[in-house]
Amino acid sequence: MNAPIAPPRKLRVATASLAGCFGCHMSILDIDERILKLLDLIEFDRSPLTDIKHCGPCDLGIIEGGLCNAENVHVLREFRKNCKILLALGACAINGGLPAQRNHLDLRDVLEEVYQTEYLVTHGGIPNDPELPLPLNKVHPLHEVVKVDYFLPGCPPPADAIWKLLTDLLAGRTPNLGHGLLHYD
Amino acid sequence: MNATTTFHLDGEEIPFTPGQTIMQAAVAAGTYIPHLCWHPDFQVNGSCKLCTVKVNGRFGSSCTMEAQVGMEVENRTAEIDDKRRTLLQMLFVEGNHFCPSCEKSGDCSLQATAYELKMMSPHFDMFYPDRPVDASHPDVLLDFNRCIMCGLCVAASRDVDGKNVFYMGGRGLLGRRVHISSESGRLADTGFAVTDRAASICPVGVILPKRRGFAVPIGQRKYDLAPISEQVKVKTP
Repeated sequence: MNAPIAPPRKLRVATASLAGCFGCHMSILDIDERILKLLDLIEFDRSPLTDIKHCGPCDLGIIEGGLCNAENVHVLREFRKNCKILLALGACAINGGLPAQRNHLDLRDVLEEVYQTEYLVTHGGIPNDPELPLPLNKVHPLHEVVKVDYFLPGCPPPADAIWKLLTDLLAGRTPNLGHGLLHYD
Repeated sequence: MNATTTFHLDGEEIPFTPGQTIMQAAVAAGTYIPHLCWHPDFQVNGSCKLCTVKVNGRFGSSCTMEAQVGMEVENRTAEIDDKRRTLLQMLFVEGNHFCPSCEKSGDCSLQATAYELKMMSPHFDMFYPDRPVDASHPDVLLDFNRCIMCGLCVAASRDVDGKNVFYMGGRGLLGRRVHISSESGRLADTGFAVTDRAASICPVGVILPKRRGFAVPIGQRKYDLAPISEQVKVKTP
């Protein structure tokens, strides 16, 4: 009857950087001391911040970077399978971004130039270790492979935009960024 | 002005002079209707369809449709803005709009309109079309990756500069874009000058003056200061 009310369950959040530069993760950290407030509400599952290698059941998955190799696709599908809500964070996750600038070049030409013919680099040949994930012919954004629930553009998205989006989501509101927080650059 | 020559735009009474389009009357009243290919200084093109409104319940282009007394025009409704956002998403996937590397970022009408309509993703699958860059001219760089086929450079070069440097050409979704009218197809082989009106008319980042790239830093640019809806274009005197 007067049983104590249990504190609300912390939401589980997983993050990963695929074909990205970790700049979006740096921008997450850029929320500064607000991260302490965030940690009252969430706990991290798989993330570069925890070094957990595989994603368990989560409330929110945050993915930085697009898809440039087979492992990226594998990780993305693991996130989609385990996360109730999936957020594409930053330009690369949304439209391929900088890595997608290679889409206008033939993949073999790129690999040959980098590993074989380019002046002043070791001519060791194109890496062919079975442990290395195979590159995709073209770089793709996340939404071409799985359903993505929310998008936050920016290169990187500003910390204030990440904070606004996360607090809106945690409060159960539809995220709404005003002028100045929505940026594609 | 006759007090009876007005129409309603989102319920607001807008005065007009006979012959004015809905867009012209709205802009004169300081009201923003999203648009890309329309410019107050040039003949109407009517190609981008961003300025589509609902007039007495039917869709029409506000840049081409003449205002009539008593029209009920819907502009910034969720229904129409949804359709406009879809048009923008199609423009974004049909070109290579990579804002982080673009000098025009912050001054770009396409980008600012997408911010205004809260476009969070391209939604559709990307095309990544192959488009060339023309750096032949000593003072101006052309990056066709960003062309949205608004035709403003064609109009400016033809009607103001009298040079006809640009024309719309090519076929198909990914082939069609603005071209250069010299025999070689290069801008250097035309009479184009950086002082031409056409050199400063591009709403996106196709026609860029060289050596000026980041003179105004990102963050202090036109649409960083205020959203595009608060900066209604006025006709050049």
